[in-house]
Amino acid sequence: MIEVDRIHVRFGEGPGAFIALNDVSVTIGESEFFTLLGPSGCGKTTLLRSIAGFIHPNEGAIRLAGQDILSLPPFKRPVNTVFQNYALFPHMTVAENVGFGLEMLGRPRAEVTRTVEEMLALVKMTAMANRRPSELSGGQQQRVALARALAPKPKVLLLDESLSALDLKLRKEMQIELKRLQSETGITFIFVTHDQEEALTMSDRIAVMSAGKIRQIGTPREIYDHPRERFVADFIGDTNFVQAKLFADGTVELPGGARIRASLPKDAVPANRAVTLVIRPEQTVLEQAPEQAQLSGVLENVVYCGTDTHYHLTLTDGARFVVRRQNNPARPVTFEKGQRLGIGFDPQAAQVLEG
Amino acid sequence: MAATQPNTDLVAANRRETRNRWLLLLPAIVILLAAAIGPLIVVVLYSFLVAGDYGGVVWHFSWDGWLGVFTTSDPFDGTLSLADAHISILWRSVKLSALTTLFCLILGFPTAYFIATRPVSQRDGWMLLITIPFWTNLLIRTFAIMGLIRNEGLVNGFLEWLGIIDQPIQMMFTDFAILLGMVYVYLPLMVLPLYASMERLNFSLIEAAYDLYATPFRVLRRVIIPAVKPGVVAGSILVFVPSLGAYVIPRILGGGTQLMLGNLIELQFGQARNWPLGAALSLTLLVMVTAALIVYVRASANEGE
Amino acid sequence: MAKPKTFDTRRQAGFTAIAAFCFIVLYLPIVLMVIFSFNSGLALTSWEGFSLSWYVTAWHNEVVQAATIRSVIIATVATVVSTLVAVLAALVMGRGKPFRGRSAMFALINQPLMVPEIVTAVSLLVVFAWVKTTTGYSGLGYLILAHSAFCIPFAFMPVRARLQGMDQTLEQAAADLYASSWQTFRRVTFPLLWPGVLAGAMLAFVTSLDDVVITEFVKSAGQDTLPTYMLGQMRRNLTPETNAIATVLLVFSVVLVVAFFFVSRENHAKAQL
Repeated sequence: MIEVDRIHVRFGEGPGAFIALNDVSVTIGESEFFTLLGPSGCGKTTLLRSIAGFIHPNEGAIRLAGQDILSLPPFKRPVNTVFQNYALFPHMTVAENVGFGLEMLGRPRAEVTRTVEEMLALVKMTAMANRRPSELSGGQQQRVALARALAPKPKVLLLDESLSALDLKLRKEMQIELKRLQSETGITFIFVTHDQEEALTMSDRIAVMSAGKIRQIGTPREIYDHPRERFVADFIGDTNFVQAKLFADGTVELPGGARIRASLPKDAVPANRAVTLVIRPEQTVLEQAPEQAQLSGVLENVVYCGTDTHYHLTLTDGARFVVRRQNNPARPVTFEKGQRLGIGFDPQAAQVLEG
Repeated sequence: MAATQPNTDLVAANRRETRNRWLLLLPAIVILLAAAIGPLIVVVLYSFLVAGDYGGVVWHFSWDGWLGVFTTSDPFDGTLSLADAHISILWRSVKLSALTTLFCLILGFPTAYFIATRPVSQRDGWMLLITIPFWTNLLIRTFAIMGLIRNEGLVNGFLEWLGIIDQPIQMMFTDFAILLGMVYVYLPLMVLPLYASMERLNFSLIEAAYDLYATPFRVLRRVIIPAVKPGVVAGSILVFVPSLGAYVIPRILGGGTQLMLGNLIELQFGQARNWPLGAALSLTLLVMVTAALIVYVRASANEGE
Repeated sequence: MAKPKTFDTRRQAGFTAIAAFCFIVLYLPIVLMVIFSFNSGLALTSWEGFSLSWYVTAWHNEVVQAATIRSVIIATVATVVSTLVAVLAALVMGRGKPFRGRSAMFALINQPLMVPEIVTAVSLLVVFAWVKTTTGYSGLGYLILAHSAFCIPFAFMPVRARLQGMDQTLEQAAADLYASSWQTFRRVTFPLLWPGVLAGAMLAFVTSLDDVVITEFVKSAGQDTLPTYMLGQMRRNLTPETNAIATVLLVFSVVLVVAFFFVSRENHAKAQL
């Protein structure tokens, strides 16, 4: 569907140039909800704007349905954007905003009117058709921006941090709304966000980016359970990193001396070397008897967080480790600070990373 | 491999953009060259020529125009001596402009502060009251002041009616009249930038200062004034620069006797028929104004650090 | 019942009194001037009764009529020219990428504001005197050209401010929705720019209409505008006729400035939403 082929984007010239995208390639399929996830400055918006046509990559190609679109200006690309600040035209009504793209495409008036009505119904904004953008709330503006971008029936819809301006409750609502719109229209969505939770809940696939490169592409489950790099593991979710040693038979030796069969990466890792284990806090349990557990540590701090409680421990090698336990008032547990405790987990839930 | 070739259409697009840019700027450049910067260059040229007998210039190089700014040459033996008349006019221009700036600051600072401490909804209205006189014809405002201070004007009439004086006080055609006129006319120019920086003043700083035992005067001196210093500098320049080049106000309120630099320049192009001297005097004024502007730019640049 | 007295942290002793004094001083002379334009007698200061006779006198004064028409012609043409030129320049200068010569261009556009009026006036006198004798043309063209030039920065500033305040993603959004460059300009940029253009034109018109110094030096014989006519009157015979003319000009400027105020405030309010 859309193929980004080894593009490079540099801002500025010479040695002082900032490399925003460094040899980035990605293929996005039909009707896919694809998310570009990363911290600010990682290049995700640059990639989105390159697809939209507002940034011209210095090298590489971008193909849409097999055709190179790099030479096309934004107004000739069958791609529409929902801008971060919505960019609704303040001097036009909601209906005029939504109809703008169709009008520019020279569609007959009757068709424009009909499509505008459809789109406003789709985003549940029919009642606001004659309002000005300034008279709408943030959530309503968001819906209008969506309707406006969907109205010309683009092949790809680009969403640039589109939910970040909304408050938490509205954001959750819009996440569900977006997902619904995507499955109803069947349009490919490319969504940019720095919010990993948002990415995990909405996407079919996620590309995690940092420093102008794509670090990992995969389904939310793959990315969360089997991160390929320390950066990805760290950026997505809370993570414990445990120093360990990998042996030729595929077992891993933990700081306490225990040996387990952890989840190995797809590419082979050289044996008899130090590796890092990624263990998610919610996939671990505390045990009163440290001797039988895979890991053990001294409890330093207990943080109550409503739905669950975080237990901060120091492992035998001095590293920090967090265990998350769901609160259950029916079965209260008490662990004393300073107590030595065991940490248990399913070995398959521990991912081995190189280095 | 095609994918790694740099995009050549990017270069072509840049060139097209540059051409369009200068095409759009061309009309402005033409008009400003013809009626602003061009004539100024001609004036520079004229300042190095010899004065014609009936105005105009004779195309001979000469320093006479520039020498004439500060000196006069003896008509018999050609020895140069300091031109007391020019120096006193120059001095009056600088003195009156500085005083104008000072009085505008004394009056304008509290006024701007008063407006900045009104409720938000009222501030625009108060500023409109400052803006209206600013956009009113300078001539009309000068004329209005004249109605106040003429011998048969309102102030003298009022004082005579009170019986304080029996002879009108001569106010017209004095330095006082010029100073009053300039303060009156340029006061809005002081209030506008002062207000702009006071509006941005973080008033919790004042509360913090009071919390730390400052008195109201110390709050003013240690917190408010340092915070709005850019506005003070901008306002002072905005008043000082046009005061220095004032022409209409001293001509009307100073009569033909109390000249400022602007009137001296006019004189050279009128009755005195000494265009090179007029040109040199104009450039002297321009240099003074530019120096003031440079001081301002320096000051505001330091402020940004 | 006495209210409990709280300490007002914003109060500074005497400031309100000075502010009140300023507002009175700013308006008192103008108000008096207006009042005496309705004086029935010849005196400028002693009130002899209400009358519109000086307005009637001014209205029938052929010199005043001619000067008024001349002022309006010059101001109108200069406004149209300077606004057009300024909008074109602002579109390049108002934003977008920095380019070589950008700051020089800013200096050029703002030059009429930086150079004292008297200096501009004598430099135009010098050049136009030469052109007049060379070409023999001595029409209104000189005044129109001079006014167009010094009106450019006034027309330029509001347009540029508006462009800078304009959300650039709006134009990108238009391009994203299939609008070509020209369509984007016509349907999005210009409608959003319009209040700035209007404001700039108004400032240019007032500036041209009010100009005394440059006009006084550039005009040929018999080319008095309303301000230069008044300047002449002030040196010779002062009658309340001058008050009447000044009042009319004053009212006109005030109406324009107040209109400008409300136009820009409306925009401001809209922009903030």
